Amino acid sequence: MIRIELLTPNGHLFSSDTYNKLFTMHGVVMIFFFLIPSIPAVLGNFFLPLMIGARDLAFPRINLLSWYLLVIGGLFAIFAMLAGGVDTGWTFYTPYSTTYSNTWVIATALGIFVAGFSSILTGLNFIVTIHRMRAPGMTWFRMPLFVWAHYATSLIQVLGTPVLAVTLVLIFCERVFHIGIFDPALGGDPVLFQHLFWFYSHPAVYIMILPAMGVISELISVYSRKPIFGYSFVAFSSVAIAVLGFLVWGHHLFVSTQSFFAGMVFSFLSYFVAIPSAIKVFNWTATLYKGSISFETPMLYAFGFIGLFTIGGLTGLFLACLGIDVHVTDTYFVVAHFHYIMVGGAIMGYLGGLHYWWPKMTGRMYPEGWAKLSALVIFLGFNLTFFPQFILGYLGMPRRYHTYPSEFQVLHVLSTAGASVLAVGYIIPVIYFIWSLRYGAVASSNPWGATGLEWRTPSPPPVQNFEKIPVVTHDAYDYSTTIGEVIEVG
Amino acid sequence: MGPLPLFPQEASSFAPDVDHLLYYLLAVAVFFTVGIFLTIFYFAIRYRRRSDKELPRFVHTGMTLEIVWSVIPFGLAMVMFTWGASIFFNEGRPPADAIPIYVVGKQWMWKLQHIEGQREIDELHIPVGRPVRLTMTSEDVIHSFYVPAFRTKEDVVPGRYSTTWFTPTKPGKYHLFCAEYCGTNHSRMIGWIYVMQPQDYQNWLNGGSASGSMADSGQKLFQSLACGNCHHPDGRGRCPSLVGLYGSDVLLSNGATVKADDSYIRESILQPDAQIVAGYQPIMPTFQGLVTEEGVVQLIEYVKSLGKPGPPVTATPQQVTAPHR
Ligand code: HEC
Ligand SMILES: [Cu+2]
Ligand SMILES: [Cu+2]
Repeated sequence: MIRIELLTPNGHLFSSDTYNKLFTMHGVVMIFFFLIPSIPAVLGNFFLPLMIGARDLAFPRINLLSWYLLVIGGLFAIFAMLAGGVDTGWTFYTPYSTTYSNTWVIATALGIFVAGFSSILTGLNFIVTIHRMRAPGMTWFRMPLFVWAHYATSLIQVLGTPVLAVTLVLIFCERVFHIGIFDPALGGDPVLFQHLFWFYSHPAVYIMILPAMGVISELISVYSRKPIFGYSFVAFSSVAIAVLGFLVWGHHLFVSTQSFFAGMVFSFLSYFVAIPSAIKVFNWTATLYKGSISFETPMLYAFGFIGLFTIGGLTGLFLACLGIDVHVTDTYFVVAHFHYIMVGGAIMGYLGGLHYWWPKMTGRMYPEGWAKLSALVIFLGFNLTFFPQFILGYLGMPRRYHTYPSEFQVLHVLSTAGASVLAVGYIIPVIYFIWSLRYGAVASSNPWGATGLEWRTPSPPPVQNFEKIPVVTHDAYDYSTTIGEVIEVG
Repeated sequence: MGPLPLFPQEASSFAPDVDHLLYYLLAVAVFFTVGIFLTIFYFAIRYRRRSDKELPRFVHTGMTLEIVWSVIPFGLAMVMFTWGASIFFNEGRPPADAIPIYVVGKQWMWKLQHIEGQREIDELHIPVGRPVRLTMTSEDVIHSFYVPAFRTKEDVVPGRYSTTWFTPTKPGKYHLFCAEYCGTNHSRMIGWIYVMQPQDYQNWLNGGSASGSMADSGQKLFQSLACGNCHHPDGRGRCPSLVGLYGSDVLLSNGATVKADDSYIRESILQPDAQIVAGYQPIMPTFQGLVTEEGVVQLIEYVKSLGKPGPPVTATPQQVTAPHR
């Protein structure tokens, strides 16, 4: 809908207020209620215990609680949407959000606040589970990389989300009680908000992408039948990203009257995050070397992820670069960049993981032909949607513009066309996944010849996960345990 | 549907610098993207699965390889960092002879003042080839002053001054955008920058309907707000003289010293209790709500016109009789 409105420079379909509410809802729902919980809550909850040979998470009831909290938070957000919406952008910049906006800021903030606790509890649960519940023989360095990635993610969730909660409480205080915190008219400091907000929200990017990286490590390994090249580098790079991610929030503030020195430090540190990300991409690529590569749908998503994440990551270097960022920050360049990471990365990872584990979760296979087709459609649609936005951004098209000068129209039209292709790409899987629940071929316990413990129990797994807790005797990704006869390649 | 532009105009002295840096970044990005794409393609075809039974041999992790592919990108990244920081450094350092322009953003318009007294809304006329320095603040929420053709952007934040500068290099008409989301009509908070030949600019300045310079307007405000009842040019009474204040170092009652710049004077007017001049009582009333942000910058220009800091901080009356530049 947002893309359709941007077909014409003057925007005929909605008013500016409606447009502003739409992009705010899009951001809030996608980030706080979809991307942050998607992989951890769906795939993580299901497979993390399975993969380390546990019967369940350490605290099943807390897990249920965190699910309820997410639902309650979601209800607040839906209420806010139905009651009239919010128009602050998902970033809630002050003093607009505290003093000037007269939309449903509090209800939305409350929703995010509650959902935040869900995130904290999930993180806590994962950390404890990984520390305490590993099956005999499942040493730290035998854990699948998916588990490592979730460990790193959980650290961020537990350490970062409270800051977001505090920030939202401060917004509440200023908006309701007019206590001067952020609004200079009340004696506050508006830029302080940005520091607090990005202290959480930059690491939150890694909450979204790290689990997807974990999924990709699994996929690349299975479909090339090779252990991940540089296993320990990939494992530690997740932790490194989680830690470094807390030190770079100021790169969102290069033009926010932050001092030159602060700008320099944050730019410098931002480049450090690039290294562990690069290490992952190189190691995935190297894993393919002398592998036995097959091209089932999850692998196509994994390739798609590497391609799009590479572009997303490299354009991140542009934004970390002070001289360039001054020009492109708050333009479509940023929009394109984070969609390459979030949609091209996180959602590709999610879909790849969903296809990969679908047989395990449901006991049914999805239809391979349709799935390959939709993976291709999504890849093409995605690039058509977001690549033109890099050009738009460098041309100077600011983000969150309901109307725009007419010279930007061609690129906007391309982008909208891409979005329609992308939408088709997303609808196909929804249809065939539902179809497969009834009509899909019955899945064996290990259709991909994978090594993880989750494949050593029936599909779908019994309530207790395992008949008998397995004993681990090999490293992760040791395919000699699953492939019968050995034919060497290379 | 119109043209398909792919690259923005280069119309300031920063633009080529930023673009050259962009070329470097693009080269690095294309190199790695293409490199990784091709490698994956090659491996995918070369090592495709030929039999369902095959099991590849284990390839040991190469320590040197890991180090090489961490260090080389890091080196390339450090070039990006230093290059980018050096441009940013220049962008933060307006030359002393820059033409000062005062900008006030409010939902949803730009209000600009030239020290000669011309005022503009959503338009800014400036001469080509001369550095221009903007001192900006907002009356309400955060906005951001963005001129893509100049490659400059700086947030306009309520409650403080931010500055940016540029030297236009090509006469023409360029977009001015608000780049920080600021509410309903954010996307209509746009305007034009007119870069003119120096002669045209002079004509434009002379042709305007300005009623005296900013300092003149400031002086009028100074009288109408009765600042002069307290602040005497010779510093008699219980209030400091403002003559020669601008740019000087002020000793505060808490022992600290601050530079009397735009922000300091703004704060003295709107939050006089925040910083008290040593030896004086906090009796100055706040003028918050009595004077607009535009009025404040006029007062600042007036204070500036009272003279640069010189050796005699306690001014002599003669200096005051000539407030004009
Ligand atoms: C009631 C008397 C009074 C009035 C009216 C008054 N001031 Fe002041 N002002 C003071 C006093 C006393 C100080 C020194 C104590 C302090 O720093 O607050 C001062 C300090 C200042 C300073 C800082 C001077 C320095 O040496 O650092 C500035 C600038 C200033 N006033 C500007 C103004 C302007 C502009 C107005 C009119 C809008 C104004 N004042 C009106 C009493 C007054
Ligand atoms: Cu960030
Ligand atoms: Cu705006």
